[in-house]
Amino acid sequence: MKSSVIIFPGSNCDRDMDVALKKFGFKNQMVWHNDAEIPKSDMIVLPGGFSYGDYLRCGSIAGKSRIIKSVINFANSGGLVLGICNGFQILTETGLLPGILQQNKYLNFICTNVFVKIKNKENKFFNRINKEVLELHIAHNEGNYFCSNDELKLIEDNGQIAVTYCDEKGNDDEYNNPNGAIKNIAGIFNKDKNILGMMPHPERMIDPFLSGEDGSLFFENLVGSL
Amino acid sequence: MNEVNEQIAIDHGLKKDEYKKICDLLKRTPNITELGIFSAMWNEHCSYKSSRKHLKKLHTKGDQVIQGPGENAGVVDIEDDDAIVFKIESHNHPSFIEPYQGAATGVGGIMRDVFTMGARPIANLNSIHFGSIDHEKTRNLLRGVVKGIGGYGNCIGVPTIAGQTCFDESYNGNILVNAMTLGLVNKNKIFYSKAAGINKPVIYVGSKTGRDGIHGASMASAIFDDKIEEKKPTVQVGDPFTEKLLLEACLELMAGKSIISIQDMGAAGLTSSSIEMASKGDLGVEIDLTKVPCREENMTPYEIMLSESQERMLIVLEAGKEDEAKKIFDKWNLDFAIIGKTTSSKNIELFFENKKVAEIPIDFLAENAPMYDRKWIKAKLPKENNFSKDDFKSLKLSDCLNKILTDPNIADKEWIWKQYDHTVMGDTIQKPGGNAGVVRVHGTNKAIAAAVDSSANYCHAHPLTGGKQVVCESWRNMISVGAKPIAITNCLNFGNPEKEKNMGEFVECVDGITEASKYLNYPVVSGNVSFYNETKDKGIKPTPSIGGIGLLSDYKQMVTMELKNNGNYLLVIGKTEGHLDQSIFAKNILSNHDGPPPEINLFNEKQNGMIILNLKNNNLIETCHDVSLGGILTAVAKMSIKGNKGVKLFPIEGLINKYKYFFGEDQGRYIIEIKPENLVNIEKILKDDSIHFDKLGIVESDQITYGNDLKIPIDDIKEGYKKWLKEYMVN
Repeated sequence: MKSSVIIFPGSNCDRDMDVALKKFGFKNQMVWHNDAEIPKSDMIVLPGGFSYGDYLRCGSIAGKSRIIKSVINFANSGGLVLGICNGFQILTETGLLPGILQQNKYLNFICTNVFVKIKNKENKFFNRINKEVLELHIAHNEGNYFCSNDELKLIEDNGQIAVTYCDEKGNDDEYNNPNGAIKNIAGIFNKDKNILGMMPHPERMIDPFLSGEDGSLFFENLVGSL
Repeated sequence: MNEVNEQIAIDHGLKKDEYKKICDLLKRTPNITELGIFSAMWNEHCSYKSSRKHLKKLHTKGDQVIQGPGENAGVVDIEDDDAIVFKIESHNHPSFIEPYQGAATGVGGIMRDVFTMGARPIANLNSIHFGSIDHEKTRNLLRGVVKGIGGYGNCIGVPTIAGQTCFDESYNGNILVNAMTLGLVNKNKIFYSKAAGINKPVIYVGSKTGRDGIHGASMASAIFDDKIEEKKPTVQVGDPFTEKLLLEACLELMAGKSIISIQDMGAAGLTSSSIEMASKGDLGVEIDLTKVPCREENMTPYEIMLSESQERMLIVLEAGKEDEAKKIFDKWNLDFAIIGKTTSSKNIELFFENKKVAEIPIDFLAENAPMYDRKWIKAKLPKENNFSKDDFKSLKLSDCLNKILTDPNIADKEWIWKQYDHTVMGDTIQKPGGNAGVVRVHGTNKAIAAAVDSSANYCHAHPLTGGKQVVCESWRNMISVGAKPIAITNCLNFGNPEKEKNMGEFVECVDGITEASKYLNYPVVSGNVSFYNETKDKGIKPTPSIGGIGLLSDYKQMVTMELKNNGNYLLVIGKTEGHLDQSIFAKNILSNHDGPPPEINLFNEKQNGMIILNLKNNNLIETCHDVSLGGILTAVAKMSIKGNKGVKLFPIEGLINKYKYFFGEDQGRYIIEIKPENLVNIEKILKDDSIHFDKLGIVESDQITYGNDLKIPIDDIKEGYKKWLKEYMVN
């Protein structure tokens, strides 16, 4: 299984993602944002960080960088694309995913463990995970997902909501919403479910000595689905 | 503009006799650019003129030390060719004036000090002190500082793994922001600031130079008055994105062999970086200021030399490697300019628009900088309080515990550290809120523990004891997570050194630090001094912050502080005499601020620490927490809250009053949780080594109980402890 992690100036979870992908059996390569082509891959990952300093808007400049054309072509031809945190923000900026990510409701950066409920398993990202609730980790200042009512209806109808913030038991109500995201949305798919953007970082949860291990389930499933 | 006289020199923070000395050395009047350079190099911040004499006494040697004080940061050996580069630095004055940028650039500056030496930063820490919680500025300053620290560190992608936050009215007019960074480097690939060789190109890289931060270092060497708001323009503005690029570009260049020496442009910018490199290499340096990349128009030589614009580095390259280096900085979109060369003249020579605008022998600026032997007075050990039964008569243990757990200096600080990315880099195995932060050495079985401590109340009551105590507390933090203490960095925050009392506090704290670090083989390898933390004649309490690091050879052996299993025993290692003077209990419950701090017995300190490591190495310890502020009961409560488990406390042995036993702050103590089946074995080990210990209690239920005197559910104390800061910040 081959994966490519794109490095933008200001990316800072690129190494963590590389470590995680390799741990679970991916042959991963790092790709520089200014390259024109992406080497042959089964999956492209846009990692977390502060691409281009998050100037203008989070992810907006990265969304216009040279490599993005190849990412879009890859995605449109059905290739698997995963955007974590800043990567999710970039995906919304390119239009590959609907909606936007605003500043957190309480205006503070949040770094903490959260629970998320898997809302759709008919896709290569979650299909064989036999848990309904995962414990993952968030670290962001702009993770407050928002979209128009029309868009929301569309993504709900299409089953595009991937994961929602919830408690240990899976209650995804307003009491378990760390950043104010609409409908507690922590991650969404595109219509065809080959693109996933999510705020939580599975790559920080791959070892019992770290914040937890549910990230391992995510990567094990991914490597098996490809 | 170019006319220099005594008054202009005084406006630059120089004293009359210092100005006279400059004229005598030069045998002429300096021009304005030269005067600016002298004032930058001779201020307290850069020259350590009041502290140098005493800093020489610090214990700085040890087998583990690769580089002690005097470089950008200290370096210690952690085996297998790995080394840790680390340092703590103050950014107090700017943070009070502009908390966000002041704190942010403090973090940026210390990270540059570390990666300048070739190390990739792997952890950030901080020690922050604010005024009374009732002071009108405290909330905003705290909010701004925390946002600034997070804003910078989070963006770079270096985890902030531990820290310390204190409140005391002595910081009402002068907050403290001390930032610490640890970096990892191969010990054969460390870069130093000493230049070597003549006619080597001097390269400027990073951001462009602007007018921000001019005279920042001088501002940090002065006391505050009513006009402090006017100093806002002297606070630098940070850009963590550029620093991230600079970090990656520098590490990429360092992988090759083209760098002779490298120095970040921190305090006093281009002035101090160029002079330090030349001074250490016993060389001269020639710079054409026309070539310095500027972001503002019409900048003068004076402004270019004194700007403290952030995210800039000065590099002396091997001749002929310019193109190779430029390619790397182009890739990262950073400025790269050849601005001068090293010379044999031993002078700094500055040119601007084809004219020589300054020439000063480097010696005058570095070695000839003033050094003062300031007068100081020795502090007397205060008389002990004699608390009697009557003082405790109307008290209840549960009320006292609740009050102490919601004391601003004890209450949980999660509101702060949740705003710091503490998990990026994927190696944080102990998060903030424990005895120390712990990160793995990437790709190995090793881990590094780190913590920052200060004890201003103890240092205020008796500086010598306080100085010793802070080092011991840092040592205990390392031991508590199962790490072998390696070395420390110190940030010495004091008032006005021209006052004998303040100077005495400094001298005696340094003596205390020295005595303890020598005894414990816990050397000081880096640090900085921040004097003049004084506003309108009111200075801060003496506040040395000690940043300690320790090594775990197997990270899986790390110890944590949350209670683990019902049925396990708790032991207190170390003797409890019940010292209440200067304790949180005395201040918060008895409203008593007098008396001496707890005594430090270095022999016991070392014995007790070593026995904990010994027990840990034999897998006999389940949990460990050092006993510090608030004493035994506070420590037990924190362990209970973290582990969500209760404790039944056994009757105290001996005649000691229960308040003294549970809240006394005697030093050198730890609480450990052990399995019942190991009790006999552990008792034997402790007795064989003549280590004093008490059987404290047993882990059970969901409440803390002590006979009929105390019965308090964990959920009740947790509520107050966890909520205090959050509620304070929203009100």
